[in-house]
Amino acid sequence: MSEREVMEYDVIVVGAGPAGLSCAIRLKQLKPDLMVAVIEKSSEIGAHILSGAVIEPEPLDRLLPGWRDDPPPICIPVERDEIWLLSKDGKRRLPTPPQQKNHGNFIVSLGAMCGWLAARAEALEIDIFPGYAASGIHFTEKGAVGGVIIGDMGVGRDGEQKDTYMQGIEIHAAVTVLSEGVRGHLSKQLIRRFELDRDSDPQTYGIGMKELWRVQPGKCKPGLVQHSTGWPLDTRIYGGSFIYHMDKDRIAIGFVCGLDYADPKFVPFEAFQQFKHHPMVRDLLEGGEILSAGARAISEGGYQSLPKTEMPGALLVGDCAGTLNVPKIKGTHQAMKAGILAAEHIAEKAAAEGFDAKLRDSEVVRELYKVRNIRPAFYNGFWRGFLRAAIETVTAGKLPVTLPVHADDKSLARLDQGYTPPDRHWVERKLPPRDRLASVYFAATAHEEDQPIHLQILEPDICTTRCTVEYDNPCTRFCPANVYEMVEGGAGKALQINAANCVHCKTCDIKDPYQIINWVTPEGGSGPNYQNM
Amino acid sequence: MKILVGIKRVVDYNVRVRVLPDGSGVDTDGVKMSVNPFDEIALEEALRIKEAGKAEEVIVISVGGDECQQQLRTGLAMGADRAIQVKTGTSLQPLSVAKAMLGIIEREQPGLVILGKQAIDDDNSQTGQMLAALWDRPQATFASKLTLNDGSVTVVREVDVGLETIEIDLPAVITVDLRLNEPRFVKLPDIMKAKRKPLDVVPLEELGVSADSNLSVSHFAPPAQRAKGIMVEDAAQLVQELKNRGLI
Repeated sequence: MSEREVMEYDVIVVGAGPAGLSCAIRLKQLKPDLMVAVIEKSSEIGAHILSGAVIEPEPLDRLLPGWRDDPPPICIPVERDEIWLLSKDGKRRLPTPPQQKNHGNFIVSLGAMCGWLAARAEALEIDIFPGYAASGIHFTEKGAVGGVIIGDMGVGRDGEQKDTYMQGIEIHAAVTVLSEGVRGHLSKQLIRRFELDRDSDPQTYGIGMKELWRVQPGKCKPGLVQHSTGWPLDTRIYGGSFIYHMDKDRIAIGFVCGLDYADPKFVPFEAFQQFKHHPMVRDLLEGGEILSAGARAISEGGYQSLPKTEMPGALLVGDCAGTLNVPKIKGTHQAMKAGILAAEHIAEKAAAEGFDAKLRDSEVVRELYKVRNIRPAFYNGFWRGFLRAAIETVTAGKLPVTLPVHADDKSLARLDQGYTPPDRHWVERKLPPRDRLASVYFAATAHEEDQPIHLQILEPDICTTRCTVEYDNPCTRFCPANVYEMVEGGAGKALQINAANCVHCKTCDIKDPYQIINWVTPEGGSGPNYQNM
Repeated sequence: MKILVGIKRVVDYNVRVRVLPDGSGVDTDGVKMSVNPFDEIALEEALRIKEAGKAEEVIVISVGGDECQQQLRTGLAMGADRAIQVKTGTSLQPLSVAKAMLGIIEREQPGLVILGKQAIDDDNSQTGQMLAALWDRPQATFASKLTLNDGSVTVVREVDVGLETIEIDLPAVITVDLRLNEPRFVKLPDIMKAKRKPLDVVPLEELGVSADSNLSVSHFAPPAQRAKGIMVEDAAQLVQELKNRGLI
């Protein structure tokens, strides 16, 4: 293979989400002469971003004073909060806990907001490259991170170079900022290589699914923020819903399930669709149309799971570190603050060293510390969690106890050891999408078919032997995009991977009980094409 | 020889196109925009001709608002030497676009003009044909193979009954079909180089072209929703169901 072409920057940012873009913008504000580039695997900025999203505006005020005069494309002040506890047919209004009071916050499309941030970044002469995936890490001779390697394009499924083959270049930089989002492809490798999680609990996750609807005129109440818990989840599964009323009759509706659930037969996508058929929600959606749909894992480990966020030559910001505040159900302000802090650190030190201590001493980690026991309290079921959450909230996290966090891939119950999945009494569904394939259509996901499969199964034998017996192949259920199917082949059942359906949510990489599914970056520009998600 | 390539900014082919609720147009809010894929093939062919030493310069041209500069930059990053934006705030019909391109042709005197066979947004397939007529030069549409000769070009055309091979004199207008080539990926460093390549802006009025149109669009409507299907057990039931619906 020929020598890769090299581009040199002072700082390379991997991932154009709120953390990465905030970091790049702040860097250029502080040091206009620095050469800063942002690379992004989605075909355009925001196309792989999926979030609620209700955001706290404080970091935007700090980063871009005056932004309120020229706000992101979708930006609606929150007018009212509602929290509901749902039963199958009924609902009860709950008092809004302080973390979930959204007065002063805004409903946005985070995807559209990232496009808006990117335009501001480009005005500061930051080079932004959508459509290029950072597939590998460039290490210096001393073993520090020295930049990234862009994935080759035009490689066939068999690994052979096609006529359009183009070798990916290397981008070298003094500091690499990893802002890849939850379960980042490079972050995952670097956390392992530098043992960044040695002193922290394992990271834990949830899967968030979302649809953007245009509802019948009159049903949407711009500025209304609704959350729910309860049905269709049983008390053993942590999760709930959001419904955000935006403008132009548009409603963002979504559902989050903790990925620490035990039932291998549980289908998160189905739970979301069931929620949509609760009378309260069904009435809202009937007669409307879906505009976009998708899914993305979220990090839920918080304070206990936060890895060391620096290593030689690189640092982690945003949700590839895991700074989301679970009780608030918000990560954007935390990601932006971490990005801004990283920029200020790099501007001062021109190196990664010292960032972790700075982050831990910042409001970002202080915020996580206060709520550290709320999510793990729910390991013992909903009601005990609810009680504990109330205590932790009242004491502002000052109790001298820190509950441990467990890894999601260890939580499934074994079907061959007598576990009986509960009957969930699902209702018959009428609202679209009919199934996961129909949902993927609304994600507008696209992958060149003739490319190596980007979902690597490290030990394929396990799928048809142990996994079938022990868990009945849960990948066929936890994947929200129907990527995994068990099909009858000549020699019995075999796993079929419909990689082109993948929406890059990373759930498989997280929840697989044997940790043999390895999500790697496909050809740059592949993946979902979310609009206003 | 100079080659002029037309590029249109269109809704990306991966986007699910939606008609606005009031039927006034297509929803482009937050929608990804790209170079019309057929125009990308046209540009790829022009670049290959230049790389084969048969042309000296490739110029990309787009007619539209400033947002189409993004697509012109993509063309420059692919390898075009310079770009021309014919600036207008109005959405033009093919005849006006062809007239604008003719204005640029008169200035630049290209030996070959290559366009996509149609744009994937309105599917008109008219600009190339109209341009050839206005310019009074030969045209070859739906090209799936080009061979440059001395003063002429041999073109294999995709027609309803198969393939047709014709030879036309240069200068000429060629519109290209899907199978002509597979466009290259853009190299990252070339995106940076493209930022420094010349991009001239020419107001539509300067070319003496009017944005007025003899056509007016009344409304847009999405295709009718497909009714839900049923699964039939066998051929007999299929026939019966079709009869029940009065279809046979």
